[in-house]
Amino acid sequence: MNAFEYVNPSNLQDVPKLLSQKRDRKSVVMAGGIDLLGEMKDNLVSPTRLVNIKALDLRYIRHSKEGVHIGATTTLTEVASDGEIGKTYTALAEAAESVASLQIRNVGTIGGNLCQRPRCWYYRGEEFHCLKKGGHLCFAVEGENKYHAIMGGGPCHIVHPSDTAPALIALQATLKIQGPNGERTVPAADFFVLPEENIYQETVLMPNEVVSELFVPKPKAGTKSTYLKFKEKGSMDFALAAAAVVLRVEDGICRAAQVVLGGVAPKPWQADASALVGQSVTEDRAVAFANAVLKDASPLRDNAFKVTLVKTMIKRGVMALV
Amino acid sequence: MADMKPWGERYLTGTDVQRLDGEDKVTGRAKYTYDLNFPGMLYGKILRSQHPHAKVIKVDLTRAAAHPGVKAVFDFEKQTVRYAGEEVAAIAAVSPEVADEALKLIDVTYEKLPFSVREETSMAEGAAQIHPNGNVAMDERRQSEKGDTVAGFAEADAVIEKTYRVPVQTHTSLETHGAVAQWDGDKLTVWSSTQGVVGVRDDLAKYFDLPPENVRVLCEHMGGGFGSKFGPGAEGVAASVLARSAGVPVKLMLNRKEEHLAVGNRPSAIMTIKMGAKKDGKITAFESQTYGTGGVGGIGNIPLPYVFDIANYKSELKDVHINAGGSRAMRAPGHPQAEIGMDCAMDALADAVGMDPLAFRKANGSRANEIRLKQYDIGAKEIGWERRNKVAGSAKGPVKRGIGMGCGMWGGGGNKRSYVEVQIHSDGTVDAKCAIQDIGTGSRTILAMTVAEELGLTLDQVTPHVGDTNFPPGTGSGGSSTTPSMVPAAKTAARKAKGELLALVAPLLGVDAAMLETRQGQIQVKGNGKSMSWTNATAQLASDIVVTANRDDGYHSSGAAGVHFAEVEVDIETGRIQPIKIVAVNDCGLVVNKLLAESQVNGGVIGGLSYALLENRLLDRQTGVMVNPNMEAYKVAGAMEMPEIVPILMDMPERGVIGLGEPATIPTAGALANAVYNAIGVWVTDFPMTPDKVLNALAQG
Repeated sequence: MNAFEYVNPSNLQDVPKLLSQKRDRKSVVMAGGIDLLGEMKDNLVSPTRLVNIKALDLRYIRHSKEGVHIGATTTLTEVASDGEIGKTYTALAEAAESVASLQIRNVGTIGGNLCQRPRCWYYRGEEFHCLKKGGHLCFAVEGENKYHAIMGGGPCHIVHPSDTAPALIALQATLKIQGPNGERTVPAADFFVLPEENIYQETVLMPNEVVSELFVPKPKAGTKSTYLKFKEKGSMDFALAAAAVVLRVEDGICRAAQVVLGGVAPKPWQADASALVGQSVTEDRAVAFANAVLKDASPLRDNAFKVTLVKTMIKRGVMALV
Repeated sequence: MADMKPWGERYLTGTDVQRLDGEDKVTGRAKYTYDLNFPGMLYGKILRSQHPHAKVIKVDLTRAAAHPGVKAVFDFEKQTVRYAGEEVAAIAAVSPEVADEALKLIDVTYEKLPFSVREETSMAEGAAQIHPNGNVAMDERRQSEKGDTVAGFAEADAVIEKTYRVPVQTHTSLETHGAVAQWDGDKLTVWSSTQGVVGVRDDLAKYFDLPPENVRVLCEHMGGGFGSKFGPGAEGVAASVLARSAGVPVKLMLNRKEEHLAVGNRPSAIMTIKMGAKKDGKITAFESQTYGTGGVGGIGNIPLPYVFDIANYKSELKDVHINAGGSRAMRAPGHPQAEIGMDCAMDALADAVGMDPLAFRKANGSRANEIRLKQYDIGAKEIGWERRNKVAGSAKGPVKRGIGMGCGMWGGGGNKRSYVEVQIHSDGTVDAKCAIQDIGTGSRTILAMTVAEELGLTLDQVTPHVGDTNFPPGTGSGGSSTTPSMVPAAKTAARKAKGELLALVAPLLGVDAAMLETRQGQIQVKGNGKSMSWTNATAQLASDIVVTANRDDGYHSSGAAGVHFAEVEVDIETGRIQPIKIVAVNDCGLVVNKLLAESQVNGGVIGGLSYALLENRLLDRQTGVMVNPNMEAYKVAGAMEMPEIVPILMDMPERGVIGLGEPATIPTAGALANAVYNAIGVWVTDFPMTPDKVLNALAQG
């Protein structure tokens, strides 16, 4: 880790000016620091300035009849343990609860969880000058690819590591982003990009922008949601496969459905769940739906098993809500 | 056991005695090597090769040495590096951050050479030579043969043949390797995280050409070694060289990545096993072809056939080199691999002859069979063996339970290289000293217990001292030898010291010393009730009684069995294996401290479980670089993987003390694999049994 300057802006509007204006990651946002410090210690980034946003007033959960506003530096523990989030936005609470360990959730923020970089071991290993780091090779294609993408991959084959992102997309959340010219609002579903769109980053965030708030609209009455995560190591692990499922079932008929997958693609993967709508949801239909979602999966040498795993997550997530 | 000595009254040994330093450890008061800091101390770091195989053309330390804050540099003078992670140079600087900066200023010129990071590529015809002794070695001593396997297989009613793949496991000690070194003239003091203070002293004395008494090595507490912490290692040597050169203490502790790359591992094993048996369960023949790799090191032995007596067998073992960090001894070297192969093959063959696996094992003799037969029954009862699926995989639903078992064996007799000094002071207090270290077995505690019990005192009257080469020499903690070496030596020294005290006070009590015994702080005349308190007796001492002894025969033996039973739940739609319960039945002769012995078994089971289910050192086939040198992607079992663990110890004082640390880990993996088969009816033969392996095995049927 190199020496760096640590600045504490006193208001949100000052943050963009303090950040890098180009994609050199020399001046970057630090909130919980869980991911950033890891990247710095592994020599993946060497910022000369960290802009601390924890002192800003971005740590809050405000419920209204329209929905819930969550400040970007709210910790994952706070999101997971908020009673109203647990009741009305269950998938989000479950997703936050499933992240890493209690110690990390006590420090890690919801904003950081969305903006974290991939866990791909070729990205994380300083020895590998991979595509994402400006190299010419995605080592995962011919290399050790058990944990890599089975959908949406290429030319880079990372999976997106966030647990809260699939839940937020499934719940149709929007993100408020502060930039040098003010605020913009982006649907969570549009926040993430595939490598074919931008190989060097996983989101649409500009280098001088910062996520300041999330808004999750209140689901229609009768809506239920869940986040199902499969970890290879039960105690603390990233998702090998995960499914955020939001369903509204009235009189036994599914009226609305959202299914977003984690751990399977370079971005949270939105499945077309329209097939579930307009009929009663049975296990057979859930299985048929899962098969349809995965029909275009293109696994690498060592990760075909994830197809089975994702299907199980979808089936179980859907069936948990009916 | 005709030559065993009577142990005497056991009011401490065999009971639960809490670790004397337990509270210090859990409150953070205990100082590990990592925690030590001295005024003016520098921080050492090592530059390692990123290439798996290269000639080192030039190491230029000029820029690093000139970096502000750098106080010393050291070139390991390697001609060739043979794995990514091999030491090239080291530096010492005023802070870890400055040391990191300086590492980036070391200029090394390499000439890359062809490499191999898979056993199969090293063995392939025409493979580039990646090791000076050739890529593949077949040591004659490791090939074994007995009887006539052709006739044996002809006799068999059923024959199975399967290949089991077991990966490389790294030790993953919680405290990393490293040392703090300090010079005073030509005297060197080293605080080392080690499982052998005497070995570190001797190696450093040799390296610096000093008499051993000029080198003092200390290890008050250490955070695990599992076989990887003998000798000073490159890091201990570098710390000492840098400290001498800088003239101030240097601390050099490795990081987690270096731990995975460069300080040892358990070799892989790819075992093809063919075994035949008659309908009555008698095994008639066994053949195995095994290869495996210890990286740039050797694989040692993988003892097949394992545990069971087989009249006709033929076992072949190839040692394959790859460009990876060298193996080191790891908790029961060779045995866990052999156990997986053997026990899985045993269950497969039991299935083939239509027998229950427990009955099948009983139908065959085994090492320490008399004890093992008891262990079978104790464990089967505790796990509820009758609940297992009569037909593997027959349970309904996606989440299926199964029960399996595995068997191990070990020597554990220790050696005569541990000496204990017992010092009885005139105020009645007692010191017990040994230059042994506590690798986790509770050496400090059991040293005090043994001496106190022999002297008829309470535990608090004896102060134990370990972890300092200024004390009489102790053995390295390997081969489960710490306890069976030190405890009998402590018993012997205490008995002799007691003899001197009794001889002194015998005239005062008007009897022959042979008539005296020590009990409950009293020196009593046997039979007549006359006594003198311990402190009144020691008050007669003109000078302290000091006795140093290694062990007399009669307080130890060797040869342990060990049977583990496992119950698991397997989700066939996710491939996840959840251990439910593990019953570990072990014998270790005389149980010295029941609580700590059970703790050893718990640790052994946890290690075996982690080996079976998760751990896998993975090298990138394209670059030769390890992809998971951390504790995120190199997965070690955590709380959620833990089953109910039931350690059952057979306390057999008539056998004396036998080591337990290693045997306790051996049978767990095979027991789990057999339980998985019993649950799902499909063999997972590729380890660790991660969800991908389970799902792939299910898909292939």
